[in-house]
Amino acid sequence: MTAPILELRGVNKSFGPIDVLFDISLTVRAGEVLCLLGDNGAGKSTLIKILSGVYQPTSGQILMDGQPTSFPNPRAASDKGIATVHQFGGTFPLMSIGRSFFVGVEPARGWGPFKRYDRKTANAVAVKAVRDFGITRIDDGDRLVGGLSGGERQSLAIARAVHFGARVLILDEPTAALGVKQATHVLRIVNEAKRRGLAVVFITHQVMHAMAVGDHFAVLIRGAVAADFKKGEKTREEITDLMAGGASMSSLEAEIEGYMASHGGHPPPPAH
Amino acid sequence: MSDSQSNSQGGAGLGQLMRRPEAGSLVGLIAVYIFFAAMGGANFLGAPGISSFLNMSSEVGIIALAVGLLMIAGQLDLSVGSVVPASSLTVSLLAGDFGMPDAVAILGGLGVGLAIGLVNGILVSQTRIPSLIITIGTMFGVMGLTLGLTVLIHGSTGVFLVPGPAAKAIFGQLVGNMFQVSILWWGVFIVAVYWLLHVSPVGNWIFALGGDRESARNAGIPTDRVTIGLYMLSGFAAAFVGVSQVMTFNAAQVAAGQTFIFNSIMCVVIGGVLLTGGSGSVLGIVLGTLTFCIVNQGIFFSGLDPNYGSIIIGALLLIAVMTNDKFRAMALALAAGRKK
Repeated sequence: MTAPILELRGVNKSFGPIDVLFDISLTVRAGEVLCLLGDNGAGKSTLIKILSGVYQPTSGQILMDGQPTSFPNPRAASDKGIATVHQFGGTFPLMSIGRSFFVGVEPARGWGPFKRYDRKTANAVAVKAVRDFGITRIDDGDRLVGGLSGGERQSLAIARAVHFGARVLILDEPTAALGVKQATHVLRIVNEAKRRGLAVVFITHQVMHAMAVGDHFAVLIRGAVAADFKKGEKTREEITDLMAGGASMSSLEAEIEGYMASHGGHPPPPAH
Repeated sequence: MSDSQSNSQGGAGLGQLMRRPEAGSLVGLIAVYIFFAAMGGANFLGAPGISSFLNMSSEVGIIALAVGLLMIAGQLDLSVGSVVPASSLTVSLLAGDFGMPDAVAILGGLGVGLAIGLVNGILVSQTRIPSLIITIGTMFGVMGLTLGLTVLIHGSTGVFLVPGPAAKAIFGQLVGNMFQVSILWWGVFIVAVYWLLHVSPVGNWIFALGGDRESARNAGIPTDRVTIGLYMLSGFAAAFVGVSQVMTFNAAQVAAGQTFIFNSIMCVVIGGVLLTGGSGSVLGIVLGTLTFCIVNQGIFFSGLDPNYGSIIIGALLLIAVMTNDKFRAMALALAAGRKK
């Protein structure tokens, strides 16, 4: 098997006296989707920020292609091919598709102080990159990003990351704010990125979405990896249980079953 | 269909026009001009009327362009109001009281503007204090310094200066006895700022900065350098207006310049620039400046009681913001609605 593109070994993160991540070890391989599951506050966002160079681990190692590495800032991480796409995709709603696609790396013609932003090239490249991902509805690079649907914005952001040579794609709750149809859309894009050989870290708390694209799953509970398993090793119910903290969920179920048993099979009345 | 649209630079279609952020400003300008043309008659339509609003536009317009760039980048600059007198007094004190050549005095005045811009830029980019507060602070600081030093050096708060013919010709002459040469300088600023914002790649950084500072930084844009540069530009623009004022009126006053603070912001906002940043255009700022100055000066030609002029300006501002929001929403809807 090939060496994982990105690997965390025994990573800890504390903010002062507060331990947020505890002994995290994870691997992401090319062409593989790692789903990072966890409830709110489980440490998912801190983990993303370590992967994308916003935070440094307190201890532990990050390896890329088997070599120890570090990301002192977000720029360093993105230079090494790690791209993070946040929940709302493009963050420049009032910029055109072409302009936002090339923010920071604008194509230009001319030289020195007379460099001209090359709008035509920018629009053409951006539109092509997005269409290659199957978003055929986007045909005009002058359109404003804010006019796209949530799913399209995600797709645009993912296409952008891929275009600029990302090897690891970190998707932070890409489907959380989307409707069912839009979410399917994004999941299809995730599959396409995987098919192109990217390593994808997919962060979500929607088990359905995770199971649709994931090859490999890690469940975070209170800052530690509570479970690490491959596709098909656990059922949806088991995963949901794990995320909710296992014990508390089953005790809730037992409570309800107990109530039903003593009330002739009726479930408890809804709370007011 | 998309081919013909995306290939032509501006685009001629109505949809394309509506999508542009300055569409609302253009409608406003035409409406206001027609209104005052009807009220003011021949005087307003002739050279006296045109020169009065163009002269005003050129001064506030130069500052509005720089303030507009800052606003697109998500920042405000109120210190321009005290940079104008600081610069004109520097020029007149250096050339008058210290007997330096005009060129040195003018460079000194412009240097004051750049220095204040540098301070603003550093403070805004290195602290988390809102730029509104920082530039109010530097405005008062500069105002106090200007007042104190002027009184200390010259003994009064107003300084007269008779500039040399060259300096007068370049910065302060009246063309046809009515039109200030600063109108031409405004044109130069318009071209330069248009290039910066809409043609050069740096323009994209300015939009990105106003859209989302954090994402812009993560995308590799030198956000601090851009911010400092924009503040220096606005300091320079205000200082330039200070220089052109002292050359035009042969005098510098400590109290002059406070009107530029709100006037420049109003020109920019009427011109369709989003107050919170991320959207706007140079054409819009120019149209907004003209609209504002036509109302401001048109009142004197219209026979209306000038005391009520401010009411019209206030109403204009509110209407402009509301219509601009409408046009922006239309632009977004247009982008969303063209699904096929």
